Amino acid sequence: MLIPHPLLGLRDAQEFTYLGDASLLNRPDGMAEGAAEAFYDYVYLRDNPAGVHRELWFHEQGDRSWLVVTRNTVTHEILGAELARDVALAAKGGAQ
Amino acid sequence: MRFSGFRVIKEALTGYKGWGSLWRTPEPQASYDYVIVGGGGHGLATAYHLAKVFGAKRIAVLEKGWLGSGNIGRNTTIIRSNYLLPGNEPFYEFSMKLWENMEQEFNFNAMVSQRGILNLIHTDAQRDAYRRRGNAMRFAGADSELLDREQVRAMYPWLNFENARFPIKGGLLQRRAGTARHDGVAWGYARGADLLGVDLIQNCEVTGFRIENGRVLGVETTRGYIGAKKVGVAVAGSSGRVMAKAGMRLPIESHVLQAFVSEGLKPFIDGVITFGAGHFYVSQSDKGGLVFGGDIDGYNSYAQRGNLPVIEDVAEGGMALMPAIGRARLLRAWGGIMDMSMDGSPIIDRTGIEGLYLNAGWCYGGFKATPASGYAFAQLLATDAPHPTAAAYRLDRFARGLVIDEKGMGAQPNLH
Repeated sequence: MLIPHPLLGLRDAQEFTYLGDASLLNRPDGMAEGAAEAFYDYVYLRDNPAGVHRELWFHEQGDRSWLVVTRNTVTHEILGAELARDVALAAKGGAQ
Repeated sequence: MRFSGFRVIKEALTGYKGWGSLWRTPEPQASYDYVIVGGGGHGLATAYHLAKVFGAKRIAVLEKGWLGSGNIGRNTTIIRSNYLLPGNEPFYEFSMKLWENMEQEFNFNAMVSQRGILNLIHTDAQRDAYRRRGNAMRFAGADSELLDREQVRAMYPWLNFENARFPIKGGLLQRRAGTARHDGVAWGYARGADLLGVDLIQNCEVTGFRIENGRVLGVETTRGYIGAKKVGVAVAGSSGRVMAKAGMRLPIESHVLQAFVSEGLKPFIDGVITFGAGHFYVSQSDKGGLVFGGDIDGYNSYAQRGNLPVIEDVAEGGMALMPAIGRARLLRAWGGIMDMSMDGSPIIDRTGIEGLYLNAGWCYGGFKATPASGYAFAQLLATDAPHPTAAAYRLDRFARGLVIDEKGMGAQPNLH
């Protein structure tokens, strides 16, 4: 599999390590009400879709950036990649 | 039709005209007492034990493809009970005991061969860990022997004992472990279940569950609606997408695990050898092919095929352990989809929906568990109480902090 790194172009997936569903970016607030339930959901439960999946890859043997890769789990086709930083900032409402 | 040596000779002398189909091909009825979703090893074993041990009637197994088309046909055929934790080891030893009698019980040759499994030891710390594991196995009634290096050398003199990084210092041997003919297990349970009146319905994919007031009433399928008092789902590999149809999210990721077989070679590996440090294990089939594998590819997948880097990784592990195979050619490689649960242990439990039961999360180890998984799931379906050896396999153990972390790893072992 080749991952289209937004800064470095096509890179072999072997340069990366995998972490799983990109929802892991949205870490719950540990001090909030119902944090135990939210963390159970965050740590253990997964959508695990057959089809398009957004997931975290770490460019360990490269520039050590975290990417959000969109990939089809049925065909292994890679549909796109973005910097996880950009995704996280966008979720928070724009760059800071 | 009963199989026996006499029958084989009789058929040979009469042109094999007496062999019939192993099971019927029934049309689905409007409703059943029990519907098992998934006609693989675990689903068929569940139906068989439901009918045989618990005397249940009106049972159907629904399979979206053909019987045994999933992981029961895509594994490396190893059976063993060399686990450590109290939640696991009695269950796998129960499974081992069922393996030992299964062929006589369902009158089908599953080629169960107790040729022994050897886990290699490379360090003092690993020897301590394996000594502890061996003792835990004995507590649960299993057999185990801790071997020193010379004992291992006597068994397999051609292993690379002087590997600079992982020199072989000994091994943990379970002699009662071994291999079985994986398809034969599925066929044996299918035939056994069919003879007990279970309807095995192939090419019948479950497309949804009919649930009212928190209770399952039946399943929608590609061959129409089928009512059921109880529905048991045993579709490891696809558990995530099937249970999503019932509105459930599971503590499971689906990953691809590859396996390989070499060209046929003269017999030289009597048992099963595992080289955990090198992500490699191997046995030799009765046809002579080396059957081997390693770790999961490491990313979510439903593709039933993996990628080349893991093939290279496994081949490197094999070469490090047994340089003698360097000239052997790879004949086939394939991939199966694993339910990787978050603690590496399975789930056999009720769900939040009344009448809906789940058997899932078998990670790398579903094949060896087939008989006990079927027995325990049948007991849960029939009596609503877990089998004593499977009582720890609860779906809510993650929420309650009671994980069974046999290897301290789940879907993300971070081994690559």
